[in-house]
Amino acid sequence: MAEKREKDETVAGLKLNSRLLELLAKLQEVELEDFELEAGELEIWLQPGAVAAPIIAPPKAVAPPVKAKPTQILEAEFTPPIETYPGKVVEVKLGRRGGKSVVIGGETTPAFYTFERPTPHPPVISIDVFDMEVPLARAVKMHVKDVLGDPAAWAKLAVEKFGADMITVHLISIDPLVKDASPKEAVKTVEAVAQAVDVPLVIGGCGDPVKDADVFQEVCETFAGERFLISSITRDMDVERCAKFIKKTGHVALAFTPMDLNIARELNRRLYDFLAKEDIVMDLTTAALGYGLDYAFTNMERARLAALMGDPELAHPMSSGTTNAWAAREAWMKMAPEWEPRELRGPLWEVITALTLLLAGVDLFMMMHPAAVKTVKDVIAQLMGGKSGNAERLVEWVTAKF
Amino acid sequence: MSGKEGKVGVKELSPIDVYKLLPRTNCKECGEENCMAFAAKVVNREVPIEKCAPLLKKEFEKAYKQLKEMLKPAVKEVVIGTGEKAVKIGGKLVMYRHELTYFNPTAIAIDVTDEMSEDEILSRIKRVEEFRFEYIGQTLKLDMIAVRSTSNDPDKFKATVRKVAENTKLPMVLCSLNPTVLEAGLMAAPKTRPLLYAATKDNWRDMAELALMYGCPLTVFAPGNLKLLKSLVKTLVEYGVQDLVLDPGTFAGEGLADTLNNFTMIRRAACKHGDELLGFPLMGVPMTVWLDSAGLAQEIVKWREAYLAAMLIVRFADILIMHSLDGWALLPNVVLRANIYTDPRKPVAVEPGLRVFGAPDENSPVMFTTNFALTYYTVASDLESAKINAYLLVVDTEGLAVDSSVAGRKLTAEKIAEALKASGLENKVKHRKLIIPGKAARLSGEIEELSGWQVIVGPRDSSEIPKFLQEKWQTQA
Ligand code: SF4
Repeated sequence: MAEKREKDETVAGLKLNSRLLELLAKLQEVELEDFELEAGELEIWLQPGAVAAPIIAPPKAVAPPVKAKPTQILEAEFTPPIETYPGKVVEVKLGRRGGKSVVIGGETTPAFYTFERPTPHPPVISIDVFDMEVPLARAVKMHVKDVLGDPAAWAKLAVEKFGADMITVHLISIDPLVKDASPKEAVKTVEAVAQAVDVPLVIGGCGDPVKDADVFQEVCETFAGERFLISSITRDMDVERCAKFIKKTGHVALAFTPMDLNIARELNRRLYDFLAKEDIVMDLTTAALGYGLDYAFTNMERARLAALMGDPELAHPMSSGTTNAWAAREAWMKMAPEWEPRELRGPLWEVITALTLLLAGVDLFMMMHPAAVKTVKDVIAQLMGGKSGNAERLVEWVTAKF
Repeated sequence: MSGKEGKVGVKELSPIDVYKLLPRTNCKECGEENCMAFAAKVVNREVPIEKCAPLLKKEFEKAYKQLKEMLKPAVKEVVIGTGEKAVKIGGKLVMYRHELTYFNPTAIAIDVTDEMSEDEILSRIKRVEEFRFEYIGQTLKLDMIAVRSTSNDPDKFKATVRKVAENTKLPMVLCSLNPTVLEAGLMAAPKTRPLLYAATKDNWRDMAELALMYGCPLTVFAPGNLKLLKSLVKTLVEYGVQDLVLDPGTFAGEGLADTLNNFTMIRRAACKHGDELLGFPLMGVPMTVWLDSAGLAQEIVKWREAYLAAMLIVRFADILIMHSLDGWALLPNVVLRANIYTDPRKPVAVEPGLRVFGAPDENSPVMFTTNFALTYYTVASDLESAKINAYLLVVDTEGLAVDSSVAGRKLTAEKIAEALKASGLENKVKHRKLIIPGKAARLSGEIEELSGWQVIVGPRDSSEIPKFLQEKWQTQA
């Protein structure tokens, strides 16, 4: 074995002797001159098949036909491949009367193709708060245990400590199968949250099409003139009724559809009868990393590209229920020691779900874990920043010791 | 044929284009019914053109070459390593995965250096080799070892490369911008076809010679300068180096936008504008985050490296070099890679209907789940690994998971009641108890009303089914 290696090295070492190298190059030129014309064809026949494993020939045979080798860098032109698109995503404003507001959407280029055009508005993050105790992953719970069951305190913590741009109030208790809390009680919850923070709010229902409509109407009317995002309007609700009270009270509809762009278009068309384009945000369904994220990613990427190519029915800002990342068992479950600690694995699961969808074009993230929120905010800031990388410093990675 | 016109976009390439160039004898040697069927599969990249044996005969040489050119991917496929563990990178036909599918999942290389102790090197190799995660029928793994020369000492590098080559068959990336050092490393493993890192504006000539002599693919490194990168490619191709990998620089932090822009511009130029000089695999180096790690907790740097890797997997990277070996940081990335490289043409759903696990009898539990492939396979593998005897009813939710199908009203009490009836379970079990997923708890009342079966709300995650059955089913039954 050792002997064989020695031999290999000698052969290889010889070849690298620079004089020999030149000699060899000349030799090959002579050898190949006669059938240089065929060399191209030969190559094709020698190319490993798409499926077959490649066979690596010894060094000598691999050396390609030698033309005059360049002695200096041959300059090539590079023009950034910039395109223009007929379509543009509408801008949607969410906000509070006398408080903060955000604008999302307005893109004229795929997500963060900033070589093409700048990103008009940074994507924003809304942190989830719940109006009652819900099952939470341990990694999340440890950060909010003092405010569970108190949505106003939770919202305050999320804005002041975790940096939320918005708050999503999940009105779980209105579910007829849970506590069946009345629309009036829901309004009280929203009121408490609205007083605790001055950021825009997302109003989340329970998933019951009839009860949600009743509660949304009460909330919309009580807070007429605010610009809440009503989450969500689905196909099996009384779409006309919901669209009408949303329009009348000045809020914004979140049109939720299950991973199907035709259904998304159809729901948007129904909403257009009553609402302006600027009053609609889309939720195309978020699946967790490992549990269908690829479908969610591609669905959103396609929607955004279609919007830019001029499909007006998909030209809305996109919202993602990124908290769904925690539905993946790998996010919360205790696993074998080599995958621990889950306190890091879980929030990273949420981060990677979010960043994947950020690159598909999501404008509004509904998230949960404070570390995940901070990371996604940092990345967005970096991508918006327009600063350049330091090339000289970067070269050092090859030799740096960590 | 100049590259630009010669390359037909995947969208424009029709089976007819391929069919016209086939022998058209319908001889079935390829295993297809006729040439047209074969052409359709070729266009979808389900079979290589070489499966048509007659086409490889001398008389069809011209047609074969034309087909090869026609089917050439926008991003060249480059092979690193030899033998069974060789890794193919690149070979991309499209920019966006929905346009067809992505081939050759992003390879992940983990670094060792020539100044690490032997123990450390061996333990890192071992961890790379032993890394595996079972994910819906696939085994997710790491692919390569990147050997960096931090010493800049040829002898040290040579010894380290030898050590690595002796201890693993995984392909290597040899990293040093000093050709003398790199050459020393190559001498220790001359026939292993490692990826060389890297040719720069200063060393390209020597690196090209090494690549040619050893038959190795070569990385071109021109951080933040695509004109230079492209010029170097042009030069190296002219020099005779065929297999290149492009590293436009992985800037983290403030330079992140540059990184994404450069990767995106290169891939667009290759896939949409037929720019052959940029039609090579892209290398991302998430481990550059370690450059600014002074004073930071290790976990923070690993965290940054992990999410940078994820963004690069999504944005076109064909190979990554990483430093962290922590499972919590790598796991989400190998899963993400599996997701992004899943063929989007594959159905999202499994056949609805009744599935039998183990040997259930008339007292065995009855459960249901949705027909979203991932949900179904997760539940099925949990039942199988716990050796549970049970009936599992797969309800048609148009391929949605439990929570989204409840929210999107694809999973309703009506559907469940119908599926129960159609399954014939009433004749298979004596009891009338249905265990439902915890995430469908809100449907309990309605299901009981419509089906007449008693509902038991099960766990929210199927991993807890065995424990749940142990505690709840025996006592119920
Ligand atoms: S082997 Fe070739 S010639 Fe024969 S049927 Fe298949 S495609 Fe046609």
